[in-house]
Amino acid sequence: MRFLTGNLLGNNPLKSNPVWARQWQAFRSNRRGYWSLWIFLTLFVLTLGAELIANEKPLLVSYDGDLYVPVLNSYPETTFGGFFESEANYRDPVVAELINEKGWMLWPLIRFSYNTINYDLDVPAPAPPSAENWLGTDDQGRDILAGLIYGFRISVLFGLMLTILSSIAGIVVGAVQGYYGGKLDLFGQRFIEIWSSMPQLFLIIIISSFVLPSFWSLLIIMLLFSWMTLVDLVRAEFLRCRNMDYVRSANAMGVKAPVIMFRHMLPNAMVATLTFLPFILNSAVVTLTSLDFIGFGLPPDAPSLGRLVGQGKANLHAPWIGISVFATLTLMLTLLVYIGEAIRDAFDTRKFLQ
Amino acid sequence: MSLLSIRGLTIQFGDQTAVDNMELQLEAGRMLALVGESGSGKSLTALSLLDLLPESAHWSADSMSLGDQDLLKLDHKQKRTLRGGRIGMIFQEPLTALNPLHTVEKQISEALFIHQGMSQTRARERCLELLKQVELPATAEMLRRYPHQLSGGQRQRVMIAMALANDPEILIADEPTTALDVTVQETILTLIKRLQQELGLSILLISHDLGVVSRFADDIIVMNKGKRVEAGPTHEVLAHPQEDYTRHLLDSEPRGRMPALAADSPELLLASDIEVTFKGKRSRLFQPPPLFKAVDNISLSLRKGETLGIVGESGSGKSTLALALLRLIGSRGSVTLDGTELHTLSQGQLRPWRRRMQVVFQDPYGSLNPRMTVGQIIAEGLAVHEPSMPRAVRDERVSELLKEVDLPPQTRNRYPHEFSGGQRQRIAIARALILNPDLLILDEPTSALDRSVQFQILELLKTLQQRHGLSYLFISHDLKVIRAICHRVMVMKDGKVVEEGDVQAIFDAPSQAYTQKLIAAAFA
Repeated sequence: MRFLTGNLLGNNPLKSNPVWARQWQAFRSNRRGYWSLWIFLTLFVLTLGAELIANEKPLLVSYDGDLYVPVLNSYPETTFGGFFESEANYRDPVVAELINEKGWMLWPLIRFSYNTINYDLDVPAPAPPSAENWLGTDDQGRDILAGLIYGFRISVLFGLMLTILSSIAGIVVGAVQGYYGGKLDLFGQRFIEIWSSMPQLFLIIIISSFVLPSFWSLLIIMLLFSWMTLVDLVRAEFLRCRNMDYVRSANAMGVKAPVIMFRHMLPNAMVATLTFLPFILNSAVVTLTSLDFIGFGLPPDAPSLGRLVGQGKANLHAPWIGISVFATLTLMLTLLVYIGEAIRDAFDTRKFLQ
Repeated sequence: MSLLSIRGLTIQFGDQTAVDNMELQLEAGRMLALVGESGSGKSLTALSLLDLLPESAHWSADSMSLGDQDLLKLDHKQKRTLRGGRIGMIFQEPLTALNPLHTVEKQISEALFIHQGMSQTRARERCLELLKQVELPATAEMLRRYPHQLSGGQRQRVMIAMALANDPEILIADEPTTALDVTVQETILTLIKRLQQELGLSILLISHDLGVVSRFADDIIVMNKGKRVEAGPTHEVLAHPQEDYTRHLLDSEPRGRMPALAADSPELLLASDIEVTFKGKRSRLFQPPPLFKAVDNISLSLRKGETLGIVGESGSGKSTLALALLRLIGSRGSVTLDGTELHTLSQGQLRPWRRRMQVVFQDPYGSLNPRMTVGQIIAEGLAVHEPSMPRAVRDERVSELLKEVDLPPQTRNRYPHEFSGGQRQRIAIARALILNPDLLILDEPTSALDRSVQFQILELLKTLQQRHGLSYLFISHDLKVIRAICHRVMVMKDGKVVEEGDVQAIFDAPSQAYTQKLIAAAFA
């Protein structure tokens, strides 16, 4: 981990491993990809702490000389001298007044969570952008910006998980098929052909009608169909490599098959794989968004970009909804493609050392 | 006035000068050879004549003329009529230079259609005529064949027929025989020479092989690193070389013989009745596929410190034999190393024995993983067989090996593509040696290299053998190399052993007709 951060900071490219240093150098020389990475990482890290940026609870409350952290803990209203035993609603003017009398509140930048309904709107929801709701609200009075921040986080996390898991599965299957060839390859390919001809969307719709859709069940269902993208690529690369003299040399050396696959053949398949990764990530995000859009995705109370797209479609007279989601999705997908391109170029030893 | 004249030709790639102030005169009806090692700019010089240089190249010339035509002033259309019209070209690798989807007739007549606008029937007549000229059977059946149905030599003849189609004045032959077997090489060159004399062609022969040149070319230009080193009539240049570089080239022909082996040297490897069969293509769905014996009942033995040469033309099964000995492909028979039968062992049981027999392959570009550093490549054997070895010791050992093959130890962290062919072959040898093997199987280790580099690698192999008492199984199609490095030699043809014996005996008095033919072609 230490060398990874060292690499990322760029000031101390690992001296003991010039390979990494060179690839990092090559990645940096691609300005577009480099800056895309930074922008994306910044956005991702910021949204990881979404609760600290957009929340209906204050970050810190000082009341009567004591400090409270409502973001982490739940305090009943009675703590602050209120009437109810239920959790304090800090947005309630009565509660706010009670606290402000004997202390202060530190609010996050945006005083709404993704599901906070703003009851104090001057106009009927959906409300246009204002000083309070920077990007306006949806038709139920929920803040768009907060929704985008939480939606971005869940989309990227879901996409990353799906990409990593389906890549691992695809690479393993492709590698085994390509390396051993023969009957295993033959039957494997036929299975994939049959499996991939199943109508994915309908199956997901059917399955989600009797399995309660959640983050994890949706991930598993989508994984069942997305692992095949990389198989053909990796398999082709392995078929090409397995007759190379350096693979034969390794065999003659007594290197075990998994090691040969991992050390000699996989790096060669890596460029093709990495080229596809951002696209897999993109398509995972897009699939999740579209499932949410048609209502078969994440549970209805989860923050999601797809639901916001749906809001945008339902409220064409409130263009700030559609435009905001569109801009967010475009930005996210574009950044990912630029990063992917830069990674691909950096891993191609032949290209950057010419 | 010479037919073709180039003055002050300079070709640059970026800020690297590939050809520097080159000068060339080709007289009518003569054969001029451009000789040099790979990267000396000889092919580029020829390509500049046809304006076929890669786009990244920048070139300029003081003058370039063919007959009374100034080649520098031609427009695109005129240049096209030049290519395949007044100048014909033969490439090195006939398999890739011919379109695999076109028949022989289509390949040859294409140039006729383009340059002369001939009718189909006229073109066919001309094709047959050309086939006769290049000594191929002039039949309709031949015209219908595809490149994959032809042998290497036949393909090269088709290439020559294509180049001759429009009665060119000049034929450029870029390493026309490098990819061919020795005996075929001989016939192709004889054909080119005959055509030169019969048709009054001027030929620009590009070659790295001084042996070829000395027998066929009238004049010679020696090139080194883009510069013209020496030029003149062939016999003069070869008999009295003026420049060091020419002498160096002449000196790098493999010479000498190996000293006799100590008589009490113990036997290391014994292989008997090795047989490898491949399945052919089934003719019908449920019929068993026909079997093809690539290696047919071959037995051999090798003593400690001995080099056994295996000679044969392409397709004789010599590389397959090597793979069978290494158990990298399935085979029947028995292989004993130091008294232990290896053929009955499972791959897992075989693993400890693998470190004792290592292999070096022909293609220095394909045998090193392009995505691993040299250090990783060389250390791989240690990682497998001595996983507990500390990293520092392993690095030390890699540096030692690099020094042993005359490469600087700092090169550990570089990638294979930064090295030349000869250096890569040294890396491959270092990788094979790191486990201190007893036996090294060398599968055409020098065939892809220039003569002078070849010479260095052979010297290195000899030194290593003496230092470590290694046994070599040296596979090659090059009899000169075999004679220089082997104690014993085995001649293979069609998977069978034709003749076997001491190098001395075989080369001085070959008893089989096939061996005699091979030796005659190689040492003509």
